[in-house]
Amino acid sequence: MTSTTIAPVAASSAPAGATPPPPPRRRRRWSRSAIFGLVFVLPAALYIVVFQLVPVIYGLVLSFTTYSPLSRSGPEFTGVDNYAELLGDADFGNALLVTGRYVLQVLPITVVLALGLALLVNRPFKGVGLFRSALYVPHIVSLTAVSMVWLWMYSQTGLFNEVLGFFGAPAQSWLLDSDSALNAVSAMRIWKALGSNMVLLLAGLQSIPRDLYEAARVDGAGRWATFRYVTLPGLRPMLVYVVAMDIIYLAQGFAEIYVLTQGGPLASTTTVNYLIYTEAFQYNQMGSASAMAFVLFALIIGFSVLAVRGVMGRQK
Amino acid sequence: MTASVETRRVSALRRMRRGHAPGEGRVGSIIVLVLVTVLVMVPFAWVVSLSFTPQSEAFGSVSLFPANPTLENYASAFFDADLARALLNSAVVGLVTVATNCILAVLAGYAFAMLPFPGNKALFYTLISTAAIPISVTLIPLFLMARGIPLVGGNDILGQGGSGLLDTLAGVILPYIVMPMNIFLARQFFTSAPLELGEAARMDGAGELRIFFSVYLPLAKPLIAVVAIFSFTGVWDDFLWPLVVTSSQEVQTVQLALARFLGSGNVQYGPLMAGTVIATVPVLIVFLFNQRSFISGLSDGGVKG
Repeated sequence: MTSTTIAPVAASSAPAGATPPPPPRRRRRWSRSAIFGLVFVLPAALYIVVFQLVPVIYGLVLSFTTYSPLSRSGPEFTGVDNYAELLGDADFGNALLVTGRYVLQVLPITVVLALGLALLVNRPFKGVGLFRSALYVPHIVSLTAVSMVWLWMYSQTGLFNEVLGFFGAPAQSWLLDSDSALNAVSAMRIWKALGSNMVLLLAGLQSIPRDLYEAARVDGAGRWATFRYVTLPGLRPMLVYVVAMDIIYLAQGFAEIYVLTQGGPLASTTTVNYLIYTEAFQYNQMGSASAMAFVLFALIIGFSVLAVRGVMGRQK
Repeated sequence: MTASVETRRVSALRRMRRGHAPGEGRVGSIIVLVLVTVLVMVPFAWVVSLSFTPQSEAFGSVSLFPANPTLENYASAFFDADLARALLNSAVVGLVTVATNCILAVLAGYAFAMLPFPGNKALFYTLISTAAIPISVTLIPLFLMARGIPLVGGNDILGQGGSGLLDTLAGVILPYIVMPMNIFLARQFFTSAPLELGEAARMDGAGELRIFFSVYLPLAKPLIAVVAIFSFTGVWDDFLWPLVVTSSQEVQTVQLALARFLGSGNVQYGPLMAGTVIATVPVLIVFLFNQRSFISGLSDGGVKG
């Protein structure tokens, strides 16, 4: 817009030269900035291609081989053997179930609680920023560090058992019992994910136009109806984002497992990612570990799409 | 005419709303918020408390205020566990990552937003989609690639024979040099920057580099802040990649050093909690100083995604 108004001025301020006609000149400029655009993008693009996209292909190739980094020979092609073996692999089946249960019990609780909190901190009042920040803190602190803290809270002399003892209840062995270990890890993860989900949902709430609420009020809509027909539909894009991101992160749980339970007791907290780690870096089976990674990848994509459809579809 | 009537009606409604709000359930919701916030903060309160509790009192007593507060845990965290070394390693890795992302990712995001070239969109979406690739998929290939980088760590020109970047800080840094999310944030930021400034500078004969550095980069301070924070916290907090790529204590990062406290059966919670506090403070400081841009940067990035 401004370029057309400025261009003649610029041309007239440079009277010397062969007075080339404007259109080709502009064309030349455009292509020069295009060249710069490519030059600016190139380092980052090359880097991402080499260290993000190539590894995916490399990993896919590895998943059709047997390969141990300790062996002198390179990867040996074995076709779909790794995948076929995974079908009957009890450890992998168990890891899939553990991962699925972990996602399924953490995701709904965090999202619903976070939505409730987001609604509470969405209204302007004095000190609201304090609540927003305080609730966000667990997200800031690294998963390793918060896992350390919860490890102590779950320990024999930790906070939870002290509280139980105060009420005269017997101490529990939270993380040492295969019935409760995954639940204990889940509780930690719910606590950790609450704040970041809340902030995202808060942003979603604030992007809903005020007028819609006023229109609903004029139409005499009650609180529930307003929530159902204004808030939820307006929140849908953010809800989709939050659910998809939660699935992606939760399905890759590792640090919390490594710190809290090391996958035990009796593999009751061995997530797929933890199994991949042990398979690849403790047993040096990089081919089958890669196959596991791709099965996990496919499942994450599949379930994210399903969840996104679910969130999108329900409001139609 | 009708418009002014309309706005008057809307503002009247707004006034009504404002008058209406404080009465209904505000006290209740604040009580709920206070309760939840206390519950969320409880673990942190005890970490700090335990980190000042002497070893001799650490068992059995779970009072929030230690009877004889001490700094011995911090001392032993630093000296026993070589935590200082790990802190230094994490700082180096973090600073390099911040620098490369602020330069390369911001430059790329700027070009994607402001310098149209053929294939711009396709390339952008390809690069951004890599943010969705799970770590588990790239973990093993990246490990093998780090090992096979030619001419370092005793490797020959074909990347054979040595250990490459394994167990080096460069190896730890490898996956973070450009994070796709930062390119995305940068593009979003520059998409809403005014085009006219650049056009005007172009007319005055400024080159593209100059336009970027002297016209748009000064505008992009909030973006740089968010990219720097994201890069730093991401690297500082990562666990799995450093665990895989390092093996010796000299190149351990903070999170790994923490996990090493767990190593030998009997966990020493005092020094462990002191270490946790030490590892958390840098990120917490970064957060407290940038709260606003941190939270809004996060939400903006999400909203428009």
